[in-house]
Amino acid sequence: MSTKVYAGTEVTVDDDGFFADPHQWRAEMAPQLARESGIDTLTAQHWQVVKFMRHEYTEKGTGPSVRALSKTSGVSIKELYQLFPKGPAKLAAKIAGIPKPRGCI
Amino acid sequence: MTSDALTANGKIEKVSIIVSKGSLEGIYPALIMANGARAEGIEANLFFTFFGLDAIHKARHEHIKLATVGNPGLHLATWAGGLPGVSSVMTHYMGHKMGQLDIPPIPEFIEMIADTGAGLYACKASVDLFGLTKDDFIDQVKDIITVGEFYDLAGGGQIIFT
Repeated sequence: MSTKVYAGTEVTVDDDGFFADPHQWRAEMAPQLARESGIDTLTAQHWQVVKFMRHEYTEKGTGPSVRALSKTSGVSIKELYQLFPKGPAKLAAKIAGIPKPRGCI
Repeated sequence: MTSDALTANGKIEKVSIIVSKGSLEGIYPALIMANGARAEGIEANLFFTFFGLDAIHKARHEHIKLATVGNPGLHLATWAGGLPGVSSVMTHYMGHKMGQLDIPPIPEFIEMIADTGAGLYACKASVDLFGLTKDDFIDQVKDIITVGEFYDLAGGGQIIFT
């Protein structure tokens, strides 16, 4: 665990940079989180996925894997990888300030 | 392992996974590893060789069976595993269990893996051996390649044989 400053607020993150406490997240932090993950600009479609990740986390206590994310959000696997080339579920979770989803599929 | 395969922090950046078996339990681990690699942002290629070609064969990939003979892990007597229909029943049962865990059937899984940007390749020696052509394979197969081309493709990454 360590701390980082996003949008002027100090937050706790784990060793891989995921938020330890999702309540510390605010939407203003997302652009910087995205840049750190190699995404220069968050488009409306990125936001759709990020918001969906947070929604799923709030509902179920865990973020979805890529397959579940695609099935439930309606964004195709191909599009997800275009939006988040370095791993859609992983990066969207990081940008959404929720823990890394754990799943093998 | 080459030093290129690892970044400074020791993370794997690329994997090339060889699928050499045509049984259900021979194919799934490779697919799960390829899909999981892409989910982590790791570059992945799948190279299908020998009976592993069934996994990308249009007419066969929907009919991949669990090996019920010579599979001590099933804890089933060998003679029982060889009875007609046992392999089909066990395959059906396994498919049902996997469905509950949202593990897709092989054709759907392979299509999904291709959609993640992983490359699918068939081994030329095996394709020639079985008298197959590119038309026998699903559209997602990028190419039929030689072992030398496979090594070129795998350069700078880890190779996993299954």
